[in-house]
Amino acid sequence: MRPPVNREELLLRIQALEFTGIDLGLYLNTHPNDTRALADYNQISAALAQTRAAYEQAFGPLMNFGQSQSRCRWAWVDEPWPWEV
Amino acid sequence: MWVYEKKLEYPVRVSGPNPKLAKTVITQYGGPDGELAASLRYLTQRYTMPTSQAKGVLTDIGTEELAHMEIVAALVYNLVKGATLGEIKAAGMEGYYADHDRALYFVNGDGVPWIASYIQSKGDPIADLHENMAAEEKARATYEHLINLSDDPLVTDVLRFLREREVVHFQRFGETLNIVHDFLNCRKVW
Repeated sequence: MRPPVNREELLLRIQALEFTGIDLGLYLNTHPNDTRALADYNQISAALAQTRAAYEQAFGPLMNFGQSQSRCRWAWVDEPWPWEV
Repeated sequence: MWVYEKKLEYPVRVSGPNPKLAKTVITQYGGPDGELAASLRYLTQRYTMPTSQAKGVLTDIGTEELAHMEIVAALVYNLVKGATLGEIKAAGMEGYYADHDRALYFVNGDGVPWIASYIQSKGDPIADLHENMAAEEKARATYEHLINLSDDPLVTDVLRFLREREVVHFQRFGETLNIVHDFLNCRKVW
């Protein structure tokens, strides 16, 4: 994967990884012994954590309530909100 | 406990103001087969599910439906944002405007407000899981009707994503029904 060029591209990558996590997670709920799906899940979970960290470092926290750090200033209340497209 | 993520599950874009389309899409916000009904139905049924797996399925699908509610809200908000009063009147949305301006509210396409009787929580896991499978199919059908009505390809793209998720949820609920059936049959003593 080439390095991200902007916020939108990085966000899209997070959305793609997390969607994979959502869909695999729902699948694993009813197929908990599928080791191949579990390996895929763990792989994207690691990639998602890495991509989230890169996004949050540059553009502020994706989550409040202690789930992510806000480096220099409190950027949680900065725009844009997700529906402001 | 829930934690908000400052992102949509799927990116939302619209081509421009289109209150006529917003007036129909809003039914998936506050209509009988909409995303509010879906999330509340699953999240309230989960307490009396008999297996841990079923509780997990309802928790996770109920949570994903909250994300879909946000996607539908983003669609409606952006389709109404910047619309002129003339466009709102031409779309037959002036009644909605009188009560809510351009704010989001839980109504169906005809302005009927959301009511709890859209959903059921029976305490009988077989009845509840069948209700959920029917709910997913009704939501799928509604998204197909909305896709038929849509004249904005960017909105259609989002509606297609939401339609697909209903198909996946139906599949997962069907598997959960089998798991619960097996569990209930095992416990029976004749």
